[in-house]
Amino acid sequence: MSRLIVGPFNRVEGDLEVRLDVVEGRVKSAQVVSPLYRGFETMLQGKDPHDALVIAPRICGICSISQSIAAAQALSAVQGITPLPNGKLVSNLVHATENLADHLTHFYMFFMPDFTREIYADKPWFTAIKTRFAATKGTAVAEMLPQRAEFLHIIGLLAGKWPHSLALQPGGVTRVVESHEVQHLLALLAGFRRYLQKHVFGGLLEDFSALSTLSELHQWAMETRSDFADFLQISRNLGLENIGRAGDRFLSFGAYVNVFEKGHLFARGLSENGQVALLNTGLISEDISSAWMQGDSNPRHPFEGETIPDGEMQNGYTWCKAPRLEGKPAEVGALARQVVANNPLALDMVAQNGGNVEARIVARFIEIALLIPAMEGWLVAIRPEEAFITHGEIPRQAEGAGLVEAARGALGHWLQVDDRKIKNYQIIAPTTWNFSPRDANGVAGPLEQALQGALVQSGEADPVTVQHIVRSFDPCMVCTVH
Amino acid sequence: MDSNIKNLLWLQSGGCGGCTLSLVCAQSPDFLTAFEVAGINLLWHPTFSLETGREAMLVFDDILAGRTQLDILCLEGSVMMGPNGTGRFHMMAGSGEPMKDIIAKLANKAHHVVGVGSCAAFGGITSSGDNAVEACGLGFEGDIRGGLLGSDFKDKSNLPAINIPGCPVHPDWVTQTLAQLSAGDISADDLDDFGRPHAISGTLVHHGCARNEFYEYKASAKKLSQIGCMMENLGCKGTQAAGDCNIRPWNGSGSCISGGYPCIACTEPGFEEPGHPFMQTPKVAGIPIGLPTDMPKAWFVALASLSKAATPKRLQQNATADRIVSFPERKKKEGH
Repeated sequence: MSRLIVGPFNRVEGDLEVRLDVVEGRVKSAQVVSPLYRGFETMLQGKDPHDALVIAPRICGICSISQSIAAAQALSAVQGITPLPNGKLVSNLVHATENLADHLTHFYMFFMPDFTREIYADKPWFTAIKTRFAATKGTAVAEMLPQRAEFLHIIGLLAGKWPHSLALQPGGVTRVVESHEVQHLLALLAGFRRYLQKHVFGGLLEDFSALSTLSELHQWAMETRSDFADFLQISRNLGLENIGRAGDRFLSFGAYVNVFEKGHLFARGLSENGQVALLNTGLISEDISSAWMQGDSNPRHPFEGETIPDGEMQNGYTWCKAPRLEGKPAEVGALARQVVANNPLALDMVAQNGGNVEARIVARFIEIALLIPAMEGWLVAIRPEEAFITHGEIPRQAEGAGLVEAARGALGHWLQVDDRKIKNYQIIAPTTWNFSPRDANGVAGPLEQALQGALVQSGEADPVTVQHIVRSFDPCMVCTVH
Repeated sequence: MDSNIKNLLWLQSGGCGGCTLSLVCAQSPDFLTAFEVAGINLLWHPTFSLETGREAMLVFDDILAGRTQLDILCLEGSVMMGPNGTGRFHMMAGSGEPMKDIIAKLANKAHHVVGVGSCAAFGGITSSGDNAVEACGLGFEGDIRGGLLGSDFKDKSNLPAINIPGCPVHPDWVTQTLAQLSAGDISADDLDDFGRPHAISGTLVHHGCARNEFYEYKASAKKLSQIGCMMENLGCKGTQAAGDCNIRPWNGSGSCISGGYPCIACTEPGFEEPGHPFMQTPKVAGIPIGLPTDMPKAWFVALASLSKAATPKRLQQNATADRIVSFPERKKKEGH
């Protein structure tokens, strides 16, 4: 048996180390290490609850809007108020903009450059892919950057800037949108749709969304010329649908609140053994057995959670706690979201091969194709003549949670207020779930499971298969520990 | 290699990565084009570079062994000194070494050292609360000289660590400062007392604020989303904070003020602990404390009461509305 330590594991957001025990060219077991601790949960204690809107987004520069919306939801729960319909619409728009931009960033800047590595030099697709996707030098990133930046003008207009806005408040948003601005935003969205259809998808988004099985997807990829179709061809060639399977237990908090009815555009729930069930968030707990954390050896619900860092803990190997639902790990992210939302293509992919590297990538494109039309709908639903925000008051004592979906999965904030100040603030981020360490039962987190059996080719110090699997989760390490 | 090409290494420590993500929003041109035109060669960046693990370590080794010249070292995120000065809160992945030590070693090899964002400059949001993690900047701890590199630090061209402030930075502040450094176009005279280029800190957020007319007459918003001046009630620090945020827009047309929320002075050391809730203005006897940086208080109070008395009805009405409800009157020309 040999041990490989891969780090700094880059093209993920934040700092990551992966430790691999390798036997006969396969990963026998993996440990995922989150090496940075900043202490957001303790720095929030004692502060005015609204200050969470300044501090929490700064946990993360790539999920900043998700952090804002989770904080705003926790605050609206505490205040017992509901955002106005216009506020929900703008919040959805801003959130979808961040999440779509993140999906593009992941594909073009984080994930695809790995196929330009020399280890693939003998592949028939190598030369073309290297020209297109080379890190910082490829033609695709040069084309994507201006498009992505212009798309983020939507946030510039609606929320001032990205990242780190204060526009998203418990009762709505800080800025009205007037009807001429709706027109401007529709035009921005149309421009972005054109880019997606021409280069990213190679066809109408609606045509892509109509694909409902894996075989239809592959037929589509054979007939289509686009960056995403190119990926699918590579994926066939390398068998990416057969690597990176975790426990196939998928969790979603639900994404994009419905404005005039209950629920979300992408439903909340838990998918287990191929069945979607209601999610009981009361059964979420965090286990600290393998974390550099002091405290209760019994897992705690985040309302009772505590954060006492101690780098000397004997059994610790990461700053990351291990979130569990009913004592078991769960995978979160775009694939989990689409499985829970009963998207037919996502369900078919998982039915055939379980959660895997290819399916995680495809799920992001399912979302891009579905969200652009949804955004168009939210924009025209804005009623510019009405108000965009309502105001509440912080009670003396209360507790509330904010549960949202960042690009990379379920994000929860649990806030307790005492004497009108923050008494406790606990955060479980998407990659906290996905990259969690072993719990008291020795059960590995989703990535640690997904890496078991991964191929390590002779002479590889940083196995490329491991890199594909890790990056397929689109990890955000700054959120993970916070 | 072309001797005009400058090698840049970008490291991240106790931050959120938001300054890099803001940089990715650069337009006209995008940041990769801006770097190329400025003759900047990206040796390694945690978000963009192909090299991972062992390959990335080789990049660092080559710099430390003198095989690769390091012209510009950028740090994003605070330096993590804690607990008890050990740096244990951030060990660099794959190295088993505190990140603070790696930053210090590389800084000593660098021709220029740049703190990107208020975390790397001053400690920033990561040093918030009681700063149990002992976060600090490269050359400052809050507004006090020192930080990781110490108060006497000078780079190989005799400059202190250069600080590009902001939480996050504006992308243009990064591309323009790095291009100037690449061109050898920054001297000690171009920096303010906090190591910030005057090109960034010489302007206040107040300049170009679309709510200036409300400010002039002290026609104030009382709640978020109202379009009056946010200085009197909502904690806006635009009159005291460095930055051309309302002259050079963010993400197309944005700024904090245009987004409907106050400036929290994120370009200033210590912004993370204002001593009051961020979105409330602390007052003494009804007068906001924290007046414009260089204005005598008595004058401010006198002018404010005068201008308040002279406030046009239009501004009074608009200040507490969420959009313009009273429009400017145009005088009709006589005889037509």
